[in-house]
Amino acid sequence: MSLRTPLASARGLGSSHSGVHHWWVQRLTAVALIPLTLWFVWIGPGLLSADYDSARSFVGAPFNALLLAAFVVSLFWHAQLGLQVVIEDYVHTRWLEISLQVLVKFAAVLGTLASLLALIRVTLGN
Amino acid sequence: MIGPYYRPQLTSMLSITHRATGVALAVASLGLALWLTALASGAGTYGRAMVYATSPIGRVLLLGLGASLAFHFADGIRHLFWDAGRGFEIKSAYASGYAVLAFTALAVLGLIWLLFLGERGL
Repeated sequence: MSLRTPLASARGLGSSHSGVHHWWVQRLTAVALIPLTLWFVWIGPGLLSADYDSARSFVGAPFNALLLAAFVVSLFWHAQLGLQVVIEDYVHTRWLEISLQVLVKFAAVLGTLASLLALIRVTLGN
Repeated sequence: MIGPYYRPQLTSMLSITHRATGVALAVASLGLALWLTALASGAGTYGRAMVYATSPIGRVLLLGLGASLAFHFADGIRHLFWDAGRGFEIKSAYASGYAVLAFTALAVLGLIWLLFLGERGL
């Protein structure tokens, strides 16, 4: 049995039961995405017009691969945090809400893993 | 928010647009994962992916995506200033809102040039 009073365990956590963690990580990834997005928009047009070999050697260059990995991780992390709030706010059918939340988390993890695996394959050159 | 007594205002319209563009960009981020996977898969797969991406429909989608990104980027910075406790006055909130719209409009012009008019033939 816990000796902590209900107030002590609730204080600072709020209705989300996780305190300000969600809020903070949403902002942290937002700040990270500012320079990363600027860089991505800078390289994007060139990549769209590049042929396969030049696109591959560009993405496979160590520094570009690193920034792309950072971009993709921040992007999917930020996206799933945002979608979580949108679903919480607008979907009020419980089973649908839970299903969508699970779907979003799975899709975000799969998208991140697929991107990172692709980056590793391109970087290692096969 | 939407009800018989609701009057559209710049601030609330931008707020819901921030969410809508966020959802669109979240879906689009799967496209980035697909593009990277196609690049890792080989020249054939990558070529087919790029045919889709640079088709007329693909270009229109990229335009919508770029516009969403420009808006969400600028409005996101606006939100970060609010998080820091700055720019809450009605006047500032409207000024920054119009700045976000102006930035987005410029980005759309640039994207139209890049995707449909430019000589580089993306």
